[in-house]
Amino acid sequence: MENKAGQRAGIEAEGLVREFKNGPRAVDGIDLLVPPGEIYGFLGPNGAGKSTTVLMLTTLLPPTAGSARVAGFDIVREGGKVRSAIGAALQEAALDPLLTGREHMRLQTALHGIPKAERTERSDELLARVGLSEAADRKVGGYSGGMKRRLDLALALAHRPRILFLDEPTTGLDIQSRTALWDEVAGLAKEGVTVFLTTQYLEEADALADRVGIIDHGTIVAEGTPAELKAEIGRPTVEAVPHDEGEQQRVAEALRPFGDRCGATHRGGASVRLEGGESQLADVVRALDAAGISIEQLQLHAPSLDDVFLAKTGRSLEGAGEDAEGEPGSEEMEAVGAS
Amino acid sequence: MNAALRTQVGQLARRSVLRTMRQPGQIVPALIFPLFLLAVNSGGLKSATDLPGFPTDSYLTFALAVPFMQGALFSVMNAGTDLARDIETGFLNRLALTPLRGAALLSGLLAGAVVLGVVQGMVYLSVGLIAGAELAAGAGGALVLVVLSVSVTVAFGTLGLFAALRTGSGEAVQGLFPLFFVLLFLSSMSLPLSLLQTDWFHAVASANPVSYLLQAFRSLLIEGWNLGDLALGFAIAAAIGTIGMYAATRTLKTRLVRT
Repeated sequence: MENKAGQRAGIEAEGLVREFKNGPRAVDGIDLLVPPGEIYGFLGPNGAGKSTTVLMLTTLLPPTAGSARVAGFDIVREGGKVRSAIGAALQEAALDPLLTGREHMRLQTALHGIPKAERTERSDELLARVGLSEAADRKVGGYSGGMKRRLDLALALAHRPRILFLDEPTTGLDIQSRTALWDEVAGLAKEGVTVFLTTQYLEEADALADRVGIIDHGTIVAEGTPAELKAEIGRPTVEAVPHDEGEQQRVAEALRPFGDRCGATHRGGASVRLEGGESQLADVVRALDAAGISIEQLQLHAPSLDDVFLAKTGRSLEGAGEDAEGEPGSEEMEAVGAS
Repeated sequence: MNAALRTQVGQLARRSVLRTMRQPGQIVPALIFPLFLLAVNSGGLKSATDLPGFPTDSYLTFALAVPFMQGALFSVMNAGTDLARDIETGFLNRLALTPLRGAALLSGLLAGAVVLGVVQGMVYLSVGLIAGAELAAGAGGALVLVVLSVSVTVAFGTLGLFAALRTGSGEAVQGLFPLFFVLLFLSSMSLPLSLLQTDWFHAVASANPVSYLLQAFRSLLIEGWNLGDLALGFAIAAAIGTIGMYAATRTLKTRLVRT
């Protein structure tokens, strides 16, 4: 992770905490170690603490406790140096609908102090990179969601940052736009950029991240490569969805004897990690039949990151955020002990 | 001002001007509404010029000062709403991630108010003169009138910035508009201070700085060069602008919570 000047440093955090007045402990003592050049996927449901963590690491929100260094610089004492080393595309693509894409680039490059002679070239290069050359002179108000996200990414790259924070960059995008953005992020990592990516999409973390940290209720509940995390689970999960959603509880009761990790799923059914492996599937069918439950779907899943989440939290990731309080925006929150 | 700060102010000023020019919804009401009121008032209150002590026999000339003040009040809403939208959309966070200085942000945002002030001043004066108003201070006075218009517009614009930073809500900023209009109605808008007979109204209008801003505009239109009235007008604009800028700068530090 190298030096204080941060030439090859990534992200380090120790016991990072953020509390809000009259609110939850949004981030509750997380430790992070992201080496340079890695894509780190920060996976969790809405309200888990992902965005609050990003706001702290990008110096936009002071931590209540703990410490972190980004690019080798302390996020509290050396905020300016951190900001000069990072790029960030935060949760909403914060763009001005009345400006064109090119005008955004011009503003961003100028504010970052890029010499005037280089601004146009850098802007054109980035607009071309994200496929917005043709739309560069159109007002952003007329852009699609995918185009806005790509412009957001280009703006984050304006000053050639060594570390890039992407907060749910593909939320709300269609699969085509999502895949295009994944390719771009993967390309950046190959160029040596460290990427800290928050997401609530399992497939995004699985496809893109070198390592994944799973966060729930402000704490990291699991961390490792996607393969390591799935291997830790090892056994497959069976999911049963009844014809009658009212029987969800009875399905869960019928599945419970087959494993200690049993929970409801967002499709109105229940799932269990089979302690005895795939060979228990026939027994599961017999148990459901014996309970007189009419089953609409029965699926055997190889271990996924959702299973990892279920194993660590007792809940399925998909839908886990539905009953969670929305992760508060920084501007609406009053700090407790903010320094 | 160093080169980096100049660049920041210049770029944000450019954005502010572009935004203003691309929102006819900001410019048109700020031009039309005050002129409409001018037409109504100068027609309906014409006989006020018969009152002993009324400073001119042209009520249009007397009333022409009012659009300049109304236009300035629109700048509260325009400057404030733009900034509030930046807060709501997260654009302020984007700016916060750059080496931007708070002073550059606020100064840049006021550039749109300057442009609006110039346009308003020129339009109000041109329409007024075409309709038959007088300009006692002549061509030089026209220039000072526009400069005063810009000063007052910027001064009230700082209050819009403060309101936006304090509330973070465009709706809240727009909600202030009627309150500022009350200030205008409780001033020497319709009659000179010396002719306001109702005690409480006279007291309120005498304490209301808007009365003296109106008097500064009127002095150029009616009297010519009254340096005392002009100096007071500019001083009040400077005071409002200083207070507004100070409050906005302090609130920006809370709003831009970067380490």
